[in-house]
Amino acid sequence: MAGKKPEKAPGAYAPGQKIKVSVDPLTRIEGHLKVEVEVSNGVVVDARCTGPMFRGFENILIDRDPRDASQLVQRICGVCPTAHATASVRALDDAFNVKVNTNGRIMRNLIFGANYLQSHILHFYHLAALDYVNGPDVAPFVPRYENNDIRVDAATNAVGVDQYLKALEIRRICHEMVALFGGRMPHVQGLVVGGTTEIPEVDKIVGFKWRFKRVIDFIENEYLPLVYALGGVYPDLLETGEGCKNMISFGVFPEDDDESTFLLKPGVYTNGQDAPLDTDKILEYVKYSWFDDSTTGLHPSEGKTVPDPYKEGAYSFIKAPRYNDLPHESGPLARMWITNPELSPAAKAAGFNRMRDFGDKAFSILGRHIARAEEALIVAKAVEKWLGEVKPGEETYVHSEVPSQGEGMGLTEAPRGSLLHYIKIDDHYIENYQVIAATIWNASPRDDQGLRGPMEEALIGVPVPDPSSPVNVGRIVRAFDP
Amino acid sequence: MSLTRRDFVKICGGTVAGLGISQMVHPGLLMAMEKEAQKAPVIWIQGQGCTGCSVSLLNAVHPSIKEVLLKIISLEYHPTVMAAKGELAMEHLFEVADKYEGKFFLAIEGSVPKAADGKYCYVGEKDGKHITMLEMTKMLGQKCAATLSLGTCSAYGGIPAAWGNLTDAVPVTQIYQENGIEKPVINVPGCPPHPDWMVGTIAHVLLYGIPELDNHLRPKLFFGSNIHDNCPYRGYYDQGVMSKTFTEKKACRYEIGCKAPHVNADCWKRRWNNGVNWCVENAVCIGCVEPGFPDSMSPFYEIV
Repeated sequence: MAGKKPEKAPGAYAPGQKIKVSVDPLTRIEGHLKVEVEVSNGVVVDARCTGPMFRGFENILIDRDPRDASQLVQRICGVCPTAHATASVRALDDAFNVKVNTNGRIMRNLIFGANYLQSHILHFYHLAALDYVNGPDVAPFVPRYENNDIRVDAATNAVGVDQYLKALEIRRICHEMVALFGGRMPHVQGLVVGGTTEIPEVDKIVGFKWRFKRVIDFIENEYLPLVYALGGVYPDLLETGEGCKNMISFGVFPEDDDESTFLLKPGVYTNGQDAPLDTDKILEYVKYSWFDDSTTGLHPSEGKTVPDPYKEGAYSFIKAPRYNDLPHESGPLARMWITNPELSPAAKAAGFNRMRDFGDKAFSILGRHIARAEEALIVAKAVEKWLGEVKPGEETYVHSEVPSQGEGMGLTEAPRGSLLHYIKIDDHYIENYQVIAATIWNASPRDDQGLRGPMEEALIGVPVPDPSSPVNVGRIVRAFDP
Repeated sequence: MSLTRRDFVKICGGTVAGLGISQMVHPGLLMAMEKEAQKAPVIWIQGQGCTGCSVSLLNAVHPSIKEVLLKIISLEYHPTVMAAKGELAMEHLFEVADKYEGKFFLAIEGSVPKAADGKYCYVGEKDGKHITMLEMTKMLGQKCAATLSLGTCSAYGGIPAAWGNLTDAVPVTQIYQENGIEKPVINVPGCPPHPDWMVGTIAHVLLYGIPELDNHLRPKLFFGSNIHDNCPYRGYYDQGVMSKTFTEKKACRYEIGCKAPHVNADCWKRRWNNGVNWCVENAVCIGCVEPGFPDSMSPFYEIV
């Protein structure tokens, strides 16, 4: 087999001894990440997540035409550009004071929804799955550690690899669905302030529908069953990686033009209590981030981005956003926990009718994968419904002029978590633009009070029996889809 | 396994025939090239980017990404897809770079920040020491056979290098120039690049050597034609029939900001995502393959 022994022999733990294990780069994520954990007696006792890359989109956006924002911000993330486009056009709608019409709203949901399916499938198979099954014995699936804790039998492994390869095609088809209405992927042209740029015609609706059938079939019959099969093989991973247990969702996929209901609802769950979302309670801290200390504790509407890569004591280019001064996890688990929708027939057959029926098992490595897979099916079913509601040949765009002054906030949920864009316009140009991206919530470093970010917190207590092969560190981090 | 003739013809689609290159597919030559293709290790590193170039590569149709990974290249290092992480991944990277010195292809996605000694982008650590993208680019640049700068960030700086940036982001060619690295560089720009442009360029290098490049080091095969001159809506422009709004499709998009007159790429015939659509059909071209992008193309929705 293609397993490879690490050059350094796994160090045995002396009782009570603490050792540092650094995983840098933490691969199979979107972008750059380093994770450093402190291990004692075989379990993680402390953790630090480092976002080691800074581009400065917020600075680059200043003094530009506000309409350019929805194109530029998509380049924050090549896996979920439609999420940034959605948050941006929602901020622009707000600032331009324009109301999207019904067909425009539905088309936005379809463009974004199709990419949700793409993102969840790509994440599970092409980023996470190699933590549970071994790939073929060729690069990039090798090298891998011998001691990588893959426990599936040969038949299940083969199914996993087959699905990995098939999922490459399915996710490509999802991108074709996005492009049918959005122009191209990654980075769509179709999402603009006031709606979308292309009126749906029957040929493209039909092209979308037939592609969709293959995607939902894959989710129902392959993706979901495999995720549940992993739960049988790795039951301990339903008990590992609890995290802060505070959840936040901004809500996504408006179901009516007044946005009184969303497919996945806005809300917060803090210290075991549900509460409505109040965006005034969001502040960003930078004590442990490579940003100027004078910019700490600001609401995004007052937000500033002043990097200081030499700052002592800091360890990340990610700021630390907090809700009501507490870390909150965002992403599929948070949305599914807050919305608590009915689950798939497979889950119901096992006695789990709704997400909260999983109880504490939801707050785990595999709980997050289950939430994501179940959410993929819910979004897929909604996509099917919206496709039936589209009116061929009917307008999707409402024109508006760039205002001389304006301010707007755009909230949505990226596949990987809560996404906020804020824009301030002065004299027709962008005066300030702030982004709190999904992974900023989850991969954030400590805040000014010293509270760990959600991913850091979820690492505490995770078993690392072999410090030279910290398999579970990769598993927990990837379960967040950073 | 190697690239078959059929694969190659599919890769480049109509473009090959259009430029007469198909005449170059001589069976004897091809067999020699196929042997070479077997031994093409690729190291793919990422600087200031969004992973969109990698995601776009996944959208390859003929050959599919599965075929690219299993039959055409040996992708020895790629942060987004490789099984290994941390120390094991970095050890492998250095091992491959040494073992195949002068023989591996270096694919670079994202720009390289020079400010603050490169601290705006770390790409990993070795022996407890952080390695910046700046250091990694120089190190691998010296060892590779040739470099593919994939995407506009890597090729020309792109958005990270746009006006207002604080990181002194620059393209790979500038790093090479400043450090006396003379390895051949092929730019495959686009935000993101079309998968055919990436796979087609790799195929060309493996089968025929470095393709003919324009002044901006782009393969003329893909970037040799002006979009506006070849646009299916060009007839409307000539008649002065202009879109006043995005959804008005039986007209030219020039007055709502389409930058196609300033842009060279074959999107007009290649189309995107398995040919289902493209930017101008859906809205406007924002000129993402050009060296000045985004500043020289901004505002995107006004005539510049």
